Amino acid sequence: MSIKVLIPTPLRPYAGKQSIIEVIAQTVGEALSDLVTKHPDLRKHLFSEDGKLRSFVNVYLNDEDIRYLSKDATPVKETDTITIVPSVAGGR
Amino acid sequence: MALKIPVELYEQVRQHGEATYPHECCGVLVGEFEESGEKAVKAAVQCGNTRTDSLANRYHISPSELVRIQRDAMLAGHDIVGFYHSHPDHPARWSATDLEEAHWTGCSYVITSVEKGQAVLTNSFLLLDQEEAKHFEDELLEVI
Repeated sequence: MSIKVLIPTPLRPYAGKQSIIEVIAQTVGEALSDLVTKHPDLRKHLFSEDGKLRSFVNVYLNDEDIRYLSKDATPVKETDTITIVPSVAGGR
Repeated sequence: MALKIPVELYEQVRQHGEATYPHECCGVLVGEFEESGEKAVKAAVQCGNTRTDSLANRYHISPSELVRIQRDAMLAGHDIVGFYHSHPDHPARWSATDLEEAHWTGCSYVITSVEKGQAVLTNSFLLLDQEEAKHFEDELLEVI
């Protein structure tokens, strides 16, 4: 099925300057896989060399962090939205 | 290149730093990327600092807040254009931690120094380049 992935501003240059990309997937893992297949330049910004999500990349299915669901195996449905947000932190 | 911010939002950002003193405040700047390369702030969204272990010198915005803010911004035809936080009793310059924890290339990171509870300087820094070569550049903060 087709679901939407929201792309944050820093990753849009690697995603054809698009803010929303439709992917075909049954799970979150498949959605991310289809995303980087469609836009290969995104891969190194989302995944480390061992294929895991980079530590500062958060992936949400609707309002839930996939780390607290079933991670890559989390099933998706047509009305779902996946949102990618890099972390925001710092301090003096 | 500049970050353009209406005076009322500029004051709101600075007052947030005073309100949370001696702790760091943090928030998200929502607006538009203009064709000129400048960014225009349309809203400053206050966030909670989730770093309860070290509130005086660290900040962290909950990703779930970012998801909500990004979604609301996009529905309004806007984008996340930057972030702000305060440096209590410390200069309004980015720190090594600020750079290490910055991942939104192309966005502005606005820092307000708050000395003894009073906002002093507010500066903006533009994050450039990919993760491995990322760096901040001083950015003109244009209060309009």
